[in-house]
Amino acid sequence: MADLTPATYPVTRADLVAYAEASGDHNPIHQDPEVARSVGLPDVIAHGMFTLALVARYVDEQLGEPGRISELGAKFTKPVVVPVGGTEIRVEGTWRDDRKIALRVTCGGDTVLGNPVAVLRG
Amino acid sequence: MAVDASLGGRTFPPTAPYDVTDQAVTAFAAATGTPYHRGDPAPATFPIVVAFGAMQALMVDPDVGIELHHVVHGQQKFVHERPVVVGDRLTATLTVSGLRQIAGTDIIATSSAITDGDGALVCTAEATLVHRAGA
Repeated sequence: MADLTPATYPVTRADLVAYAEASGDHNPIHQDPEVARSVGLPDVIAHGMFTLALVARYVDEQLGEPGRISELGAKFTKPVVVPVGGTEIRVEGTWRDDRKIALRVTCGGDTVLGNPVAVLRG
Repeated sequence: MAVDASLGGRTFPPTAPYDVTDQAVTAFAAATGTPYHRGDPAPATFPIVVAFGAMQALMVDPDVGIELHHVVHGQQKFVHERPVVVGDRLTATLTVSGLRQIAGTDIIATSSAITDGDGALVCTAEATLVHRAGA
């Protein structure tokens, strides 16, 4: 099946602050480098749900229409580290059938989500 | 300390009703750059706002024995019956659908049924929480 057009999204710490406010997930490992390091992370990491929300954004943008996703899921396999200068998340999708899109989500070349899949409404 | 093995199968009380506002959906969409205009359905992961409340209730329950700083979000899936829209009054009811304990790690599978003001199912949010018990 055909590939969708890949997209690259910049991610900044300000985005994580905005996402924490909007989602209610104020875990400090997403905002405070000292707390992140205290639990063995190299630096602040993005919420896994932030990355999954980017996947939903990607599907909405590719389809040019919101509200078509009926199922969306993934494993959070590798943290997305967000240094002071920010980072980028790349999303690319492939049609598996006329309702199912398999995705590949990477940061700095590393895959960060396991088996991300979106299924569309019939 | 590992969580109480009797946690498997337990259903928690429903969360307090959450009213979906245009302001809340706008803020959620803006935080991830998602295209959203007034009247559009909410982004597909928006129900996490409600599901997260249910997960927090599980995580802070002293009888469960979870140490918050040792919890990692392992997996997430949404199954939508319909898109969430502004004006919905949503409630999440979380069930621990599975519990595996392997070498000091608890793998807690949860399923939150998110229902609207009429009690109709809008979305099922399945989250796997990985709890690495402290020494």
